Amino acid sequence: METMKIYANQLRIHIINMLTESGSGHPGGSLSAADLLIYLYFKEMNIDSEDKDNPNRDRFILSKGHAAPVLYGTLAMKGFFSINELKNLRKMGSFLQGHPDMKKVPGVEMSTGSLGQGFSAAVGVGLGFKIDKSVNRVYTLLGDGELQEGIVWEAAMAASHYKLDNLVAIIDNNGLQIDGTNDEVMKVNPLKEKWESFGWNVIEINGHCFSDMEKAFAAAKQCKGQPTVIIAKTSKGKGISFMENQVGWHGVTPSQAERARAIEELEKSNR
Amino acid sequence: MSIATRESYGNILIELGEENKNIVVLDADLSKSTKTAGFAKKFPERFINAGIAEQNLMGMAAGLATTGKIAFASTFAVFATGRAFEVIRNSICYPNLNVKVAATHAGITVGEDGGSHQSIEDIAIMRSLPNMRIIVPADDIETKQAVRAAANMEGPVYIRLGRLGVPTIFGENHIFTFGKGNLLKEGQDITIIGTGLMTSKCLEAAELLEKEGIRARVINLSTIKPIDEDIIIQAAKETNRIITVEEHSIIGGLGSAVCDVVSAYCPVQVVKIGINDTFGESGKPEELLTKYGLTVDNIYHTAQKMIGNKNK
Repeated sequence: METMKIYANQLRIHIINMLTESGSGHPGGSLSAADLLIYLYFKEMNIDSEDKDNPNRDRFILSKGHAAPVLYGTLAMKGFFSINELKNLRKMGSFLQGHPDMKKVPGVEMSTGSLGQGFSAAVGVGLGFKIDKSVNRVYTLLGDGELQEGIVWEAAMAASHYKLDNLVAIIDNNGLQIDGTNDEVMKVNPLKEKWESFGWNVIEINGHCFSDMEKAFAAAKQCKGQPTVIIAKTSKGKGISFMENQVGWHGVTPSQAERARAIEELEKSNR
Repeated sequence: MSIATRESYGNILIELGEENKNIVVLDADLSKSTKTAGFAKKFPERFINAGIAEQNLMGMAAGLATTGKIAFASTFAVFATGRAFEVIRNSICYPNLNVKVAATHAGITVGEDGGSHQSIEDIAIMRSLPNMRIIVPADDIETKQAVRAAANMEGPVYIRLGRLGVPTIFGENHIFTFGKGNLLKEGQDITIIGTGLMTSKCLEAAELLEKEGIRARVINLSTIKPIDEDIIIQAAKETNRIITVEEHSIIGGLGSAVCDVVSAYCPVQVVKIGINDTFGESGKPEELLTKYGLTVDNIYHTAQKMIGNKNK
C-alpha cells in the first residue's frame, strides 16, 4: 500500500505538470480521483499495456471525462504511452484530447466527456460480457455532480435489472461542482439510499484510503446478482493544500508559481 | 403486395441473428411496434430491452459495440434521433462505433398519433453527424438488403423505416448497393428523385406524365448519406430539372442533399416536395399524405408546371 501512495503522489505531480503546461483543463476532480485510479490500474484490474487488446482484459471507463488528466497520467505510468507525451495535453496535434478519445489514446476504452454517457456505455460493456459469458469486469468512475444527469438513472436501473455483477461504479464523492456544492446546485444526496433503491450493492469508503479500497473491491467481487457502487468520499484538489475543497479549482489551471508550490507539497508528503 | 419496412426489418433481423452471433438487438419498450419482438423471442440472450429510456438505449448499444457486438438499437424515429441525439453524437458517432440505429415510425405516415410522434426532421439531424450513414429503403426487398448491408459494414448507420405498408417495387433480383442510387425509369425531360415510400409514388407520377408525352427519369435514392453524386450530376446535366420527393421536412433531408450536389457541380432548378416546415397532425396516413402534398398528383402537377415554365 506504501507503493500505491507513492504512485498516487507521482500521478498528482504529473497532473499538476500537464495542466500547467496546457493552461486549460480540470485539476480539482483529477486530483480527487488519483488514489482511486492508481488502485484500479495497479492493484485491481486485469490489464496489461503490452497486450492492450486482450479480449480478457478488464475495462475502465472514465465517465467523468473532464478528469482526463488523471486517466492520461495513470495510463502513461502503466506504460500505455510515454510519460513525455503528457506535456502535450490539449495541444493541437496531440492525441491527448481535452476529454478522452478512444480512437486516439492507447488504453482509453470509451470516448467520454458528455456526462452520464460513459456510465451508460459501461452498462453496455457489462451486458456484452454477460452475453459472452466472459469473466471480465468493467469499472467506471462517475462524479457526484454527474449523477444529476437523467441517463445515469436510466443506466442504473438497467444494470440492476440485468443483474450486472460484473460492473462496479465508483462515485468520486467530493461534493463540489462548477457552480458550487452539490447541495447548493442540485442536491444528489442521499446517495446510499438512492443507489440501494435502484437495486445496487452499495459500499461507502474513504476514497483516499487504499485499505478501504481493497476491502470494497473484494466485496464487490463477492457480490452476485447485482451491480456494486462504491461511494468514495474524496476531497476535490486532494494533496495540494491551497486547492483542497475549493470550488474555484474545478476548471482553472495552476500558474508557474502555484505549480512549484504544489509540487513541493507533493514531494514533501512522499518523504 | 404491400408490406411495411419495419416488418421487413424484423424479418431480416431474425435471419441475420441466425447467421451472426455477434448481432445484438436493443429496443425501448416498443418491440412489438418496431418488430424486434421476433428476434427477442428467438434469441432472448441477445435481446436487451432498455425500457422507456432512449438515451440509455443508445449508450448501452455503444458499450456493447466496444465488446465486438453489432448493436441494432431500435425505437421510433422521433425518439431515436431527437431524444437520444447527443448520445448518438458523442457515444456512437464520435468514436465511430458499430451501432445501427434502426428507427421505425418515421415520417407523417405514423398517422393518428399526431405531430408529436411524426418524425419529419430525423434525416436532417442524422445527416449533420460525422461518421453517420443514412439509408431510407423503399420497399420490402430493399429493406432486407439494406439492413444486411448495414450489419456487414463497420460503424454507425441510421436506417429509416416506416409503419405504413408500402408496395413492393423491386424484384427479388434487385441489388441494393450502399451509396448508390437506382435508375428506375429512363427519361430526358425531367428527373424525379424519391426516397422511402415516396419512390413508388414517383414511378406512378412518371407513368401519368408519359401519357402526355413527358418523359420523366425516376431515381430511387435510398442511401441519403453518402449520396450518389454521379447519378444526380448526370440527371441534372441530361434533364435540366429535378424534383425531389420525401416524407420529411424540405429542410435538411433528401432535397437538401440533392441541392448540395447540384449547386456545387451543375446548378439546375430543383423543386423539393416534402413537408413544408410545419408539424403534422392526427389523421389516417393517406389523408395526411394528401394534406401535405405527398401525392402522385402533386408530383405530376409539379413536373408539368416546371416543364411548362421552361417551355414559355
